Amino acid sequence: MTTRIHAILKKYPSELLTEWLNVMTTGGMRRDALMKEAELREQCAEFLRLLTQATEQGNLTDITGASFTQAREMLERLSRSRSLQGFSPAETATFIFSLKQPLFDRLRGEYASQPQVVAEEMWTATLLLDRLGLYTTEVHQRAREEVIMRQQQEMLELSTPVVQLWDRIVCLPLIGTLDSGRTQTVMETLLQRIVETGAEIAIIDITGVPTVDTLTAQHLIKTVTATRLMGAECVISGIRPQIAQTIVHLGVDLAGVVTKSSVAGAFNWALKRLNQTISAQQSLRASGKA
Amino acid sequence: MPIRSAQDLVLVRQAVRTWSAELKFSLVEQTKMVTAASELARNTLDYGRGGHVTLEMLQEGLRKGLRLSFEDKGPGIPDIDLALRDGYTSGGGMGLGLGGARRLVNEFDIVSKVGEGTRVTVTRWK
Ligand SMILES: Nc1ncnc2c1ncn2[C@@H]1O[C@H](COP(=O)(O)OP(=O)(O)O)[C@@H](O)[C@H]1O
Ligand SMILES: [Mg+2]
Repeated sequence: MTTRIHAILKKYPSELLTEWLNVMTTGGMRRDALMKEAELREQCAEFLRLLTQATEQGNLTDITGASFTQAREMLERLSRSRSLQGFSPAETATFIFSLKQPLFDRLRGEYASQPQVVAEEMWTATLLLDRLGLYTTEVHQRAREEVIMRQQQEMLELSTPVVQLWDRIVCLPLIGTLDSGRTQTVMETLLQRIVETGAEIAIIDITGVPTVDTLTAQHLIKTVTATRLMGAECVISGIRPQIAQTIVHLGVDLAGVVTKSSVAGAFNWALKRLNQTISAQQSLRASGKA
Repeated sequence: MPIRSAQDLVLVRQAVRTWSAELKFSLVEQTKMVTAASELARNTLDYGRGGHVTLEMLQEGLRKGLRLSFEDKGPGIPDIDLALRDGYTSGGGMGLGLGGARRLVNEFDIVSKVGEGTRVTVTRWK
């Protein structure tokens, strides 16, 4: 059986290409002399083609397998040439991360009547693209060994862009540490996106955050509070068992925060929540009180 | 290892994780030790004006452990009991770092002298 992600990639190659290029050019990717538009388009098209091949069958979250060889090789070439051109590892990884939104949009459109399927596939797509993105960072590092230390740290502070999962639901998948000045930017971006998309629920996914200490927790709590002030709700997903235990020992109180172990769980919660408000509004209207 | 910048905190956490993994600590044990290290290293940086941490692998008979000593020559802590109290912070923190770190390890020791500096030593046994 071919995978659903493969089916989407195969069905909408040119749409995905256009939307992906759009995300990159509007999302503040560098478009100056470093990268000519035609060259970028070509790279995107090739990557989409190889990704379509690689995802045809099997386990999509393991990118080390033979089916991903060509896609990996292409990313390796791309990372090396970009590192020589002076791109940072974060910028190269953003190239991959920017594909999330278009792919998610298509998954959502295609399986609109099956939210469960959408949740599952988005999760797979997130893992897949995160891994490919981080792979480009690894290659980047190998290509420029003399500055390896600095770049590793940069990688650790990467955060992927805010993505819209569903009508009125956005997700912020975080990767790396949360204790730098970057946190502020990340949180501001989330609030900004909530305004832009009119989202009512924001999912902050911390699966990719290795350590949750009191400062991280404080940042998360502040973000949840700020989100509420904007009239939206916040769910934190990706709290693994070892993190949950550690948080309890630290004495951090997350009682007022909705938490879920996975993005899929958070997404389901969000859908239920939205449905409730929709049906509540409808019944109000039906009874003539609205 | 030096603790002079936010980037050093990342390196300290990485080193503690690597050492904990080498000692075959379980994932939960690793996470607890790394988190305690993160708290103490940040205190060294924020309140102790920077300092350093020493990592030490221990072997006592059959049991193995990891000891971390955070040292700074900062202002010191005038009232250790107060500093350890949950919720107490002189900065803008949650005030859970010291008390939390103590709960995450097996042995916890703190020596501090006003005007001279602070040393916090934590040990976790496998
Ligand atoms: N190395 C240190 N040097 C001086 N003061 C310290 C040091 N570590 C902790 N403290 C004091 O102890 C208080 C409590 O620390 P902690 O529990 O980590 O909470 P927080 O970091 O949120 O303030 C700090 O606010 C500070 O006043
Ligand atoms: Mg602290």
